Amino acid sequence: MPPAVAATFAPGRRVALPTLPLRPVGLSLLLAVTFVAIPLTANDYWYNAILIPFLIMALAGLGLNLTMGYAGQASLGTGAFMAVGAYATYNLLLRLPELPLPVSLAGGGLIAGAVGLVVGLPSLRIKGFYLVAPTLAAQFLIEWVFNQVGWFSNYASSSAISAPRLVFLGHDLSSPAGRYALTLTSVTVVTVLAWRLVHSQTGRNWRAVRDGETAAAVIGVPVARAKLSAFFVGAAVSGVAGALWAFTYLGTVDARSFDLDRSFQAMFIIIIGGLGSLSGSFIGAAFIVLFPILLTHLSNAFLGGGLDGGQISNLQRILFGALIIGFLIKEPNGLIALLGRLRRPAR
Amino acid sequence: MSFFFETLAGGLLAGVMYALVAIGFVLIYKASGVFNFAQGAMVLCAALTFVTLTERDVPFWLAGLITLAIMVTLAVAVERIVLRPLVNRSQITLFMATLGLSYVIEGGSQFVMGASVHELDLGLSDLPVAIGPIQLSSFDLVAALTAGALVLALWLFFERTRIGVSLRAVADDPQAALSIGIRLPVLWATVWAVAGFVALVAGLLWGARQGVQFSLTFVVLKALPVLIIGGFTSITGAIVGGLIVGAADALAEIYLGPLLGGSVSTWFAYALAVAFLLVRPAGLFGERAIERV
Repeated sequence: MPPAVAATFAPGRRVALPTLPLRPVGLSLLLAVTFVAIPLTANDYWYNAILIPFLIMALAGLGLNLTMGYAGQASLGTGAFMAVGAYATYNLLLRLPELPLPVSLAGGGLIAGAVGLVVGLPSLRIKGFYLVAPTLAAQFLIEWVFNQVGWFSNYASSSAISAPRLVFLGHDLSSPAGRYALTLTSVTVVTVLAWRLVHSQTGRNWRAVRDGETAAAVIGVPVARAKLSAFFVGAAVSGVAGALWAFTYLGTVDARSFDLDRSFQAMFIIIIGGLGSLSGSFIGAAFIVLFPILLTHLSNAFLGGGLDGGQISNLQRILFGALIIGFLIKEPNGLIALLGRLRRPAR
Repeated sequence: MSFFFETLAGGLLAGVMYALVAIGFVLIYKASGVFNFAQGAMVLCAALTFVTLTERDVPFWLAGLITLAIMVTLAVAVERIVLRPLVNRSQITLFMATLGLSYVIEGGSQFVMGASVHELDLGLSDLPVAIGPIQLSSFDLVAALTAGALVLALWLFFERTRIGVSLRAVADDPQAALSIGIRLPVLWATVWAVAGFVALVAGLLWGARQGVQFSLTFVVLKALPVLIIGGFTSITGAIVGGLIVGAADALAEIYLGPLLGGSVSTWFAYALAVAFLLVRPAGLFGERAIERV
């Protein structure tokens, strides 16, 4: 965890600088497990209910983490950026069918990034908490546009349009395993790119702006460019996540699945996982996806199904809220910092 | 033309209600620098408690008192458990904490009292009243008058009394305020309790209008543009901002909505707020922040 996050979110705390969380051995082990072992063992339930949503929400959180955790620009527009990515990819597939699937996905991400850039423009004049306003404005406006303007959904009669079949190089990717492979590959590629970016001059500029905007400007960091690039990259990553959410998880493109709650969810992921940490986004997403499933199983096991679905979701809200508060108070750097301390107890 | 004025007047009446909710925010913001996202959840909690009690044949005045007691207890608990450990953290951290708090309060209220929609009848009639050439709803009128009276009372309380002066001192410089003997925790608890009271009144008025249900929490999303336009630190600003948002919302819905082909009220207030932010970042009546390295 960079000390920077500590300075922004918990003054006076200093934490060790980030190392690559996984050494090469661990990294290749992780890749082997995710690309080889899981496809050999997982069943459809695991793909559809756990693995695919986990990977996609991790990516959405990662996008927000770049904007908010690394560059310090608060955003409640993640859901909107995801929606833009989903609709843009849908329209690219629909209107330019000759483009291969990866190009349409990347194109959707870039279009979402461009929208993010526009949403980020007020950040040049507005600082800190006030940025919540323009990003919220974007959240509501974009959701409204996709519901109102028929062109985006190809004048479909229902608001949920079914996604086109996923085909790449003649292979049909519609099976759960195929959708998992597509999701995993996209998430891996984007994460590697994000990792490179965070450890480049751009990433250092982001952190400088987050930790002290005036100071960064004084030493010659291009503040405006850093802020706008953070919005662009963050929104692009969230956009890819949104496209995957529509195509590989839901199978439908629907603006309602990218509402304000989705934005909150992304924010919870990075608070719980760790602000300013790429692997934190994954840990936070794992938590967010697994926690409701665990809770349902626990209530079935101990209360014998005595609670109905509504009560469980209320209970879930209470626990989630309490956890958020708990993390902010006790562990503002998230689960990733907790894990780091467990690994190095002597320090 | 009279239709224009009718729309405008209806919007202004709704605006008084926005102002009422916004004042709850301003008080907490002035005292502790928190944008209290949980205000909407508090509105839901208050209205739900009240309606659950009255449905069990508890008289109105008693239900009101019990609800108020619960809201004050909640306020004190929030101050102890959530705010105190987060002193000196950044604004965005505090905001996220109140976001978590709103989940706890919403989930808790619905867990205990159920998620179904309740009717709330305050005994106010909803008849058209003619004022000159304009027709207005008598319910809206009474609601706006109640809210207006409360707004005035709060304004007097926090501008003219000792507590109001201490509040201004804390807002200006918490350390200096502490050093001259202002008891910050007491002030915080007072302000949160008043915010709970405001939530009760707002919850009753809005609940009677649209039923007591989860959507009451969306009040918070209407109040943010009000605060941005009026300024986070000014009660006067909250009143003026509420009126502006109420009027602009109503007019945009009638005149802009058909042009754009749908309900624009979900985002119009935010677009307006962003425009204000770009021109006057501190809001109409807010204090300009001075930045140091």
